Amino acid sequence: MAMSPENEHPVKAFGWAATDSSGHLSPFKFSRRATGEKDVTFKVLYCGICHSDFHNVKNEWGITSYPVVPRHEIVGVVTEVGTKVTKFKVGDKVGVGCMVGSCHSCANCKDDLENYCPKMILSYGAKYYDGTNTYGGYSDIMVSDEHFVIKIPDNLPLDGSAPLLCAGITVYSPLKYYGLDKAGMHIGVVGLGGLGHMAVKFAKAMGLKVTVISTSPNKKKEAVDHLGADAFLISRNTEEMELAMGTMDGIIDTVSAMHVLLPLIGLLKNNGKLVMVGAPAKPLELLAFPLLMGRKMVGGSCIGGMKETQDMINFAAKHNIIADIELIPMDYVNNAMERILKADVKYRFVIDIANSLKPF
Amino acid sequence: MAKSPDQEHPHKAFGWAARDKSGLLSPFHFSRRENGDEDVTIKILFCGVCHSDLHVAKNEWGFTNYPVVPGHEIVGTVMKVGSNVKKFKVGERVGVGVIVGSCKKCESCQQDLENYCPQTIFTYNSHYTDGTKTYGGYSDMIVVDERFVLRFPDNLPSEGGAPLLCAGITVYSPMKYYGMTEPGKHLGVAGLGGLGHVAVKIGKAFGLKVTVISSSPKKEAEAIERLGADSFLVTSDRTKMKAALGTMDYIIDTVSAVHPLLPLLSLLKLNGKLVTVGLFDKPLELPIFPLVLGRKLVGGNEIGGMKETQEMLDFCAKHGVTADVEVIRMDYINTAMERLAKYDVKYRFVIDVASSLSQ
Repeated sequence: MAMSPENEHPVKAFGWAATDSSGHLSPFKFSRRATGEKDVTFKVLYCGICHSDFHNVKNEWGITSYPVVPRHEIVGVVTEVGTKVTKFKVGDKVGVGCMVGSCHSCANCKDDLENYCPKMILSYGAKYYDGTNTYGGYSDIMVSDEHFVIKIPDNLPLDGSAPLLCAGITVYSPLKYYGLDKAGMHIGVVGLGGLGHMAVKFAKAMGLKVTVISTSPNKKKEAVDHLGADAFLISRNTEEMELAMGTMDGIIDTVSAMHVLLPLIGLLKNNGKLVMVGAPAKPLELLAFPLLMGRKMVGGSCIGGMKETQDMINFAAKHNIIADIELIPMDYVNNAMERILKADVKYRFVIDIANSLKPF
Repeated sequence: MAKSPDQEHPHKAFGWAARDKSGLLSPFHFSRRENGDEDVTIKILFCGVCHSDLHVAKNEWGFTNYPVVPGHEIVGTVMKVGSNVKKFKVGERVGVGVIVGSCKKCESCQQDLENYCPQTIFTYNSHYTDGTKTYGGYSDMIVVDERFVLRFPDNLPSEGGAPLLCAGITVYSPMKYYGMTEPGKHLGVAGLGGLGHVAVKIGKAFGLKVTVISSSPKKEAEAIERLGADSFLVTSDRTKMKAALGTMDYIIDTVSAVHPLLPLLSLLKLNGKLVTVGLFDKPLELPIFPLVLGRKLVGGNEIGGMKETQEMLDFCAKHGVTADVEVIRMDYINTAMERLAKYDVKYRFVIDVASSLSQ
C-alpha cells in the first residue's frame, strides 16, 4: 500500500495543496526526502504565483497528480547540502524554477536543454525518479538536486527575483534563441502581465527599442513611464497598428487567450519573427500570403535549460532587473488566484512564505 | 484614351491569354516595348505551367487584371541586347522567372532580395514602370531588364530546366535561408507535385535524408524509385506517422490546399522548422502548443532574389537536377489546366512555345 504523503519521506514538511480539480488550496501536511548526496535543501522564503499554477491545480492540461502543492518560482536560503554538492553552501540564496529532474543522457540534456528532455520532471504535480509526487514551493522547505538549483546573486532582492525563475527565463530564452537580442533592434511585446513586463525589462537591458502591444489603454502610462517601453500600441486601434506595420524585427507574444495573429504578422519587418510564449488552448489562424511575402515566421519557446536560467539570473543581477511584485501572505492566495484571472495585478503576486506559512 | 494591348508598344507580339474567370486561354494579340538600354529581347522557346498560372487565370486570388497572359518559367534565346547590357549577348540561352522589375534602391533590392521589394513587378499581371501591363511567357517573345534575366547553364536542358525558374527557386531559397542544408539531416517534403518533386531532388543533392509526406499511397513507388526519396509517409497511416514522430529536422510544406499542420509539426524534432511555400488562400489552423513545447517554427518564403535564382540554376546544373515534365503544345493548354487542377501531371507541364505557338 502506498505511503501517505506525510510518511513517504523522512523529513516532515507542510504547505498548501489542491486535492482535486476544483483547484482550491488548503493546508497540507506532507514530507520531503532526506538531503541526498547531490541534493540541496533550503528554507523557502518566497514563491511567485505563475498563471500555469492555475491551469495545473485544476488539471486543465490533464497531467496533474493530486494532491498538488503548486509553485515553481521558489527562492530561499540553503540549510543543508549533500556530500557531493560543489556549487552551493549553507546560507546561499538560491532558487528553483519549473524543473527538478531530467534524464541527463539525451541529446537535449547534453545540450543544456533539460526543459526539452522527454523525461523532464516538473517541480510539482509530477512523479520523481523514486515514483513519489513532486511538491512545489508552496511549502516550508524544498529539496532539489543541485543541477536544478539556481544561485541568486547577493544584489538581487529575493522577493523580486522569484518570478525570474519562470517568467524571466520564459522571455529571456527566446530573445536569445531567435536572435532578438541585438542592440538597436525593435521588438514588440504583446500583453503586459507577468511575462510581458519581464520581456520589456530584459529587452530594454539588451539595448532594444520596445513597443508594448496591448488591449488596455490604461496600461500605457505604466509601460512607458515605469517599465521604460519606448512606445505603446492599442491592438484594437487599427490606425495606430497600420502606422506601425513593417517596423518590428520581432515580437514576443505572451498572450495565452485566443487572439488573431494577422495584425501582429503585419507589424513585422521582412524576415521578422513572431515568438509565442503564451499557449492558447486552441489553434490560431494562419494566412499564407502575409507570412510568405515577407519571409516571416512564427515560432515558440518554453522556459529554458538550467545553464541558460543561471545566465539569465546573472544578466538580471548585472542590470538590476527584478519583477514588479505584490507581496501577499499565504491566506490571501485564493483571492490572488481570482485577481490573476482578471489580470488584476502589477505584475506578479509573490507569497511571503517565511512570514505567513505557519505550521499546524 | 488607353491604347489597346496590340497598340501600346511598338513590337507586335502574340500569345494566349485568359479573359475572364473561366480561366480559359485563347489566342491574343498584344505588343512588347522597344528594347531599352538595359533590356534584353528574348525569343521564347519553352514555358513551364505553374499552379499560380491557373490561380491567376481563374482570378482565385482576387487580383487578376484581365486579359492575362500567364507564364513565369520562361526559357529562350537572346535576340537583341540594349547598349548598357553587359551580361548577355545575342544567341545565348536565358531564363526569366517570376519577377521582371523592382525599385533597385530599397534595402531588400540592395541585398539581392528583389522578391521582397515592396515594388516588385511580376512577370505577368503586374504593371511595369511605364504603367503598362506585364504579360508572361505563354507568348512568342518578351523584353526584360537585364537584372531579371538569368543565364541558363549549358548542361541544363530547356524543358526540364524551365520549371526551376519558379518551382526550383521556391524550394531552394527557404532551404538555404532556414538552414535546411546540413548533409545527413532529415528533410520531410509534404506534397508531391511540381514543388514537392523538385524539393526531393534538391534535398538529395544537398545530401539530406528525404521523406515524402503525402495523402496518396500510389505515389510511393515513384517517390522512392524515380525521385530518390529515402522513405514515404502516408498521412492517413497512423502507425507509420506515429513511428515517425520527432524524427525530422525540417519540413518543406508545398501543399496549397488547406490541410492540418499538427501532424506535420509532430514529425519535427526539437527546434524543427516547417516552411510553407504553398499559397493556400484560406487560413490554416496553427496549433501553438507544439511550437512552444518543441521550440518549433513555421516560416514562409516567396521565391528568391535574382542572385540566388542564378545560384540555384548553377547548383541544379552541377547536380543534374531537372524537373520531370510533360511537354505540351500551346493549344493543349486548357486541357493541361484542367488536369493540373486535378493534380494529374508528373510533375510539371512545359509548353513547347517555339514549335507550337502559331498565329
